Amino acid sequence: MSAPSENIQPIAVVPRSTPLLIRHAPYFIGAAIVVALAASASFDGYILNILMQATTFAIAVFGLSVVLGLCGQINLAQAAFFGFGAYAVAIGTADYQISYWLCLAAGCVMALLAGALLGMSTLRLGGHYLAMVTISFQQIVTLVMINAIWLTHGPDGVGKIGRPALFQSSQSYLAFSVAMLALVGYFVWHLPQTRLGRAMRAVRDNELAAGVAGIDVFRTKIYAFAICAVLGGLGGGLFAGGFAYVSPDQFSFAESIVFLTMSLLGGVASPIGSAIGTGLLILIPEWLRFLKSVPGLYLAIYGLSVILIIRYMPDGIWGFVTAGLDRFRRKARVPDAGLPLILAPAKTGGEMVLEVTGLAKHFGGLKAVDDVDIAVRRGGVHALIGPNGSGKTTTLNVLSGLYQATAGKVLLDGTDVTTMPPHLRAAAGLGRTFQNIRLFRSMSALENVVIGAERPGNTLIGKGSEAELTLRAMSALSFVGLGPRANELISSFSYGHQRLIEIARALAANPTLLLLDEPAAGLNSSEKLELHELLKRIAAQGLTILIIDHDMTLVSEAAQHITVLNFGRRIADGESMAVLRHPDVVSAYLGTD
Amino acid sequence: MDLALQLLFTGIGIGAVYALVALGFVLIFRATNVVNFAQGEFSMVAAYLMVVFAVDLALPYWLSFLLSLAGMALLGAVFNLGVYYPLRHRTFLPVIIATIGASILMANSVLAIYGPQPQVLEGWFETPGIQLGPVYLDSQYLLIIAATATLVAFQYWFFEHTLVGKKLQATSQDKEMASLLGISVSTMIMVTFIYSAVLGGLAGILVAPILFVSIQMGSTIALKAFAATIIGGFGDVTGAIIGGLSLGIIETFGAAYVSVPYKDAFAFLVLVLFLVFRPQGIFGERVAEKA
Repeated sequence: MSAPSENIQPIAVVPRSTPLLIRHAPYFIGAAIVVALAASASFDGYILNILMQATTFAIAVFGLSVVLGLCGQINLAQAAFFGFGAYAVAIGTADYQISYWLCLAAGCVMALLAGALLGMSTLRLGGHYLAMVTISFQQIVTLVMINAIWLTHGPDGVGKIGRPALFQSSQSYLAFSVAMLALVGYFVWHLPQTRLGRAMRAVRDNELAAGVAGIDVFRTKIYAFAICAVLGGLGGGLFAGGFAYVSPDQFSFAESIVFLTMSLLGGVASPIGSAIGTGLLILIPEWLRFLKSVPGLYLAIYGLSVILIIRYMPDGIWGFVTAGLDRFRRKARVPDAGLPLILAPAKTGGEMVLEVTGLAKHFGGLKAVDDVDIAVRRGGVHALIGPNGSGKTTTLNVLSGLYQATAGKVLLDGTDVTTMPPHLRAAAGLGRTFQNIRLFRSMSALENVVIGAERPGNTLIGKGSEAELTLRAMSALSFVGLGPRANELISSFSYGHQRLIEIARALAANPTLLLLDEPAAGLNSSEKLELHELLKRIAAQGLTILIIDHDMTLVSEAAQHITVLNFGRRIADGESMAVLRHPDVVSAYLGTD
Repeated sequence: MDLALQLLFTGIGIGAVYALVALGFVLIFRATNVVNFAQGEFSMVAAYLMVVFAVDLALPYWLSFLLSLAGMALLGAVFNLGVYYPLRHRTFLPVIIATIGASILMANSVLAIYGPQPQVLEGWFETPGIQLGPVYLDSQYLLIIAATATLVAFQYWFFEHTLVGKKLQATSQDKEMASLLGISVSTMIMVTFIYSAVLGGLAGILVAPILFVSIQMGSTIALKAFAATIIGGFGDVTGAIIGGLSLGIIETFGAAYVSVPYKDAFAFLVLVLFLVFRPQGIFGERVAEKA
């Protein structure tokens, strides 16, 4: 292995890729044909209405595929956001004679703001809170629609809704809506491959790991939620223009459930699934009209369908189809192995990369970590050891920002990071792995490592283009010996290899300090040897490592400096061999008689 | 002042109902780590069962009451087997979506059978109430408060002083360890669902004579009860009771002094205020996921 030197710059063999718009041209050609069909085919009024409803609903369901499918957050108020757009267009054009376009824009902005505000109040908590708060929000919006008669005309609804001058006929308006659907569909389809989309998937798969990899989890969720809301608003605005009449019952909680069912039935992960689900759930009730004669019956069937889909077809119809097709699809080519991995840890601070002083973390009365000082010298491997329950992992969690320190100060390369959340610490140069592996399980090894490479503040990815990120990620994967398997899903890797992917993810980010949380745990003896080799190769590139482990052979051979904790306090610190012979350390590990 | 006292009494009465449903939330959450979004529908279904037995079949009130609760126990068991149990190894998102599906299914099945017209259920007592100084004590409200107090006492005794109660606690704290100790975790979860369904049903039967028996009562009560659990501190039994009572009082005063049509909005407002400023609730502790 050649030692990388700073004056040899990597030759950027960034593969040129065809521009996105050209690669995706078939989509746009197809969409143009569909729009032309919608504009020219002669439909009768009934078919036109069904198509209009399907088109506008599909836009709202696309929103759910972003928030629920991509980001894993629930929204049970999509009908309310749909209503924002619809009422903005309805009231604006019918009561105040404002331009349709202005009203549509206003509806989208209102939905966006409402979505963002609602998200800000709850997304930090997520999960159950979000479900309940969105249901409550939905109920409030319905209450306002019914009771604020001066504005919304109450239960009577709003009629005589205007359309833009350009699309006065129902047919042309439908074509316009289909064109909007195609645009939104393109956006939603392309989103997962963008930085934001990857961040959303990372948040869905593993929030803690996403934060530690430098993703602002809270903001990513708000973006997802706001995108969902704005698509709801857009769909609703188009809907109002299409049907010329809106009333509160069209935007009730029941409709939110209809949207959810559409999304789940088709497959929440993809816009194609959304379109299938929407189409089916608009057509089926039309075929089974007799069900509508009994109030409640068809919603009861929807409720039952939700339970059955979740149980038997969790990925929806489209997920089911793609799983079947995957066997026939040709495997995507594994990108080139890339250049040998370069690590260029930042050097802004002094001799110490990490200076921890008086660090404490108390859980109620339990002092898990108490008044601990650690100084990690630049370059080399520093180990933090201690018997079980001595506070090692707690220390690491405080260092990476998963826990807030009760007291003390943490300086990373001269920057005070004590109060920063995890993603800002990552941006400041901190990388880490987890004792119980935290990878993004729905993604390939390559995608996992690309997310690492995307760390804000990574200086080795040029402008951060897709090709440069892939190159960097491939170098990191090849560095740990898994380059040829880059496109495989995480679940197909052994435990030991998953650890290596986690290390590659951290290395791709080019951190200033790498925290390894028990990297040897669960590895067999040959894997441990490989790990030891890997640590040496990392350290040879000048990256500082702070490692926690129980394996004394690994620690004593790899680390030059050791800090020992016991009962949350530092009991020894210094050069490896001296520390391991320290009587307090010996008695902490072996006990005293 | 007299009005305030009267409102306080009404608020505590209605808050006691929220507290009962909130207890059901908390029990299931502690046993399974998921929120059962159909908890409110248990109340609605039980109220309709009362209508079936006491009004349609004209059975004696006490018999109808027992039959309804038996029906709820059965429903709780079916709910566990049909909705929760098959998904027990999945993440929480599919589970809560399934419970939402179940809630829609229950509400609309009842709607399909009974139609949208609200039903009337008489209270247990003949005497409408008693006048105590400036405050009129409605007998149904008195019953609700007494029943809630009794149930809370019973629950305390059950969890702290019976073997089944201890097993339930063990299950909610550490399922793996509990099963290693020979506790049948699936039985304990079954018991929890049955108990919670009965608890929710009891709340529905108690509150039915005050409200109308309607399809919407389930979701309304569930939202309030959920808000109550957050106000009190998620997963905390005392918190659920205090939260329920405070919410009942806030809502009653809000309706009297601020606005009647938006009565149901106060719970939401309080909920959001708590989520923003004190998400751990009054009694809860902030918990972080372990890395």
